[in-house]
Amino acid sequence: MSGPSPRSNDASAGERLGQWLFLIVSLLLAIFFVMPIVWSVANSFKPAAEALANPAALFSKAFSLENYRRLEHVGAGWYVYAGNSVMIAIGTVVLTVLVAVPAGYGFSKFRFPGQSLLFVLIMATMMIPFQSILTPLFLILTFLGLQNNLVGLVLIYVTFQLPFSVFMMRNAFDAVPRALIEAARIDGASQITILRRIMLPIALPGVATVALFAFLNSWNEFLAALIFLSDQNKFTLPIMLVNVSSGLYGIIDWGALQAGIVVTMIPCIILFLLLQRYYVRGLTAGAVK
Amino acid sequence: MKRTVSGDPEPKGWLGLAFILPGFLFILVLFLIPLAMTIWMSFYNWPLLGRRKFIGLENYVELLGDTQLWNSLGFTMLYTVLVTAAIFAVAFPLALFVDKPLRSAGFFRTIYFMPVVIGFGAASTLWMWLLNPDSGVFAQILRGIGLISSAPRPLESFWPAMAVIILMVVWKTAGFTMVILLTGLQSISNDVIEAAKIDGAGVFARFRRITLPLMRNSLVLALVLNVTSSMLAFDQFFIITQGGPENSTISAVFSIYLASFSSYRLGYGSALSFVLLVVLVAISAIQFVLLRDRPEES
Repeated sequence: MSGPSPRSNDASAGERLGQWLFLIVSLLLAIFFVMPIVWSVANSFKPAAEALANPAALFSKAFSLENYRRLEHVGAGWYVYAGNSVMIAIGTVVLTVLVAVPAGYGFSKFRFPGQSLLFVLIMATMMIPFQSILTPLFLILTFLGLQNNLVGLVLIYVTFQLPFSVFMMRNAFDAVPRALIEAARIDGASQITILRRIMLPIALPGVATVALFAFLNSWNEFLAALIFLSDQNKFTLPIMLVNVSSGLYGIIDWGALQAGIVVTMIPCIILFLLLQRYYVRGLTAGAVK
Repeated sequence: MKRTVSGDPEPKGWLGLAFILPGFLFILVLFLIPLAMTIWMSFYNWPLLGRRKFIGLENYVELLGDTQLWNSLGFTMLYTVLVTAAIFAVAFPLALFVDKPLRSAGFFRTIYFMPVVIGFGAASTLWMWLLNPDSGVFAQILRGIGLISSAPRPLESFWPAMAVIILMVVWKTAGFTMVILLTGLQSISNDVIEAAKIDGAGVFARFRRITLPLMRNSLVLALVLNVTSSMLAFDQFFIITQGGPENSTISAVFSIYLASFSSYRLGYGSALSFVLLVVLVAISAIQFVLLRDRPEES
């Protein structure tokens, strides 16, 4: 700071030092956050002996798919569980969008008595977590004949996805200028046309956010899947992982577990990297309200 | 056609109800009814098979004397306090750190956030492997540096088990809190900070007097989300510690799971659920009080 050296030169040197420091610390932090994922992927492709001898190595001489092949013999086979997870995730995404988009529209563009009470009731689901109503949910699903059934699980996931999704969609529709709707109505457009041709294109980013959250949450959910699915070939990927990790006769097949972890987490990471914008929008929707 | 008062956004208000109805049906059948049933069932001796019997407050009386339950509630609160503190201790510096208009800052934000989108199930099994003494990465690295001679077995006693769970959860969720805090940081206009600088406020004074109060909303939101999700923690204790050692890491939701779906005492499980629900609603209420009295609004 002091000294006879020219001020501008001094500042730029300090600035450069700061930039280097920033880069080094960032890299160290990045290693902490990213290494567990990298290790998992690397070990899933190692032969068993090598994974045991040197788990921290990122590259192995022998590339092997044997872990993935062994995962085919876990229970009903990993592709059955992956298929279940895909069906549940797609079901949850489609149904959540189909229910939340009209509801958001209804809350945003219509006024009727009791509306705010309805809104509060739906939002209350956010405050009272589903973990505290699991026991009766089990009875209700049994009563509906949907216990141990993928459809039943989808219905539960949709319900607990709704408050966030309706909130998102209401805000998305709030952003559509009223004059635009009035103009369309004067031109004789019907309700459905207005929703489809004018509202939806503007609200589409909101739909993407809702769909992304519905996918990730249903794909990753563990407790409800553990309780409501009892049939071996109806399990989802997280349940399969826990079954592998609890071992057979006290021996855990770490290689197969790695392969299972990779199969479970990679779709989420890819989706996140592709649709990051929409994910962050969803998070900040809560923060700025 | 009936027209309502001008200024009303839609001429046919009741049509809105039709749009909302499917969503409300979901909420009614799979949220409101089970919510009421939780309270109703808690007054019954309700086995999975066989006849239910009304027993009044007996479940609640039993609950008062259930040491395992109180231990698990105490444990859950201890865990909540520790993990929330740990997450803030990591996420706040992270948020300050990546709050830069640089391209590289955006890149690192993405990296730090990545574990958030992995589920707790996959993350827990992943960390089980990282921590295992035979072929785990941590054991190998620690042995490699010569820090330890024999592989550590953190899951065999309480505090090491707690420590590794907290480490795992910080790894998985710090990025989430970082983004929420970042939103708060970025909502503060630069003019305010610059004005304080001109007035001669130091770095710490600026942080304490300007940054913190102005990002109050996102601080409270991050706090509430962390506290709620920690109070409901289940996956990591079910998967990594399996409640052990000696049942010392059974969380509140874990004990509901054990009562309802392991012992199949649905009535007792409902009573536990109701108690947890009251605790959580109380926490939410405190949040609203915190949010309401905003000093800066005048």
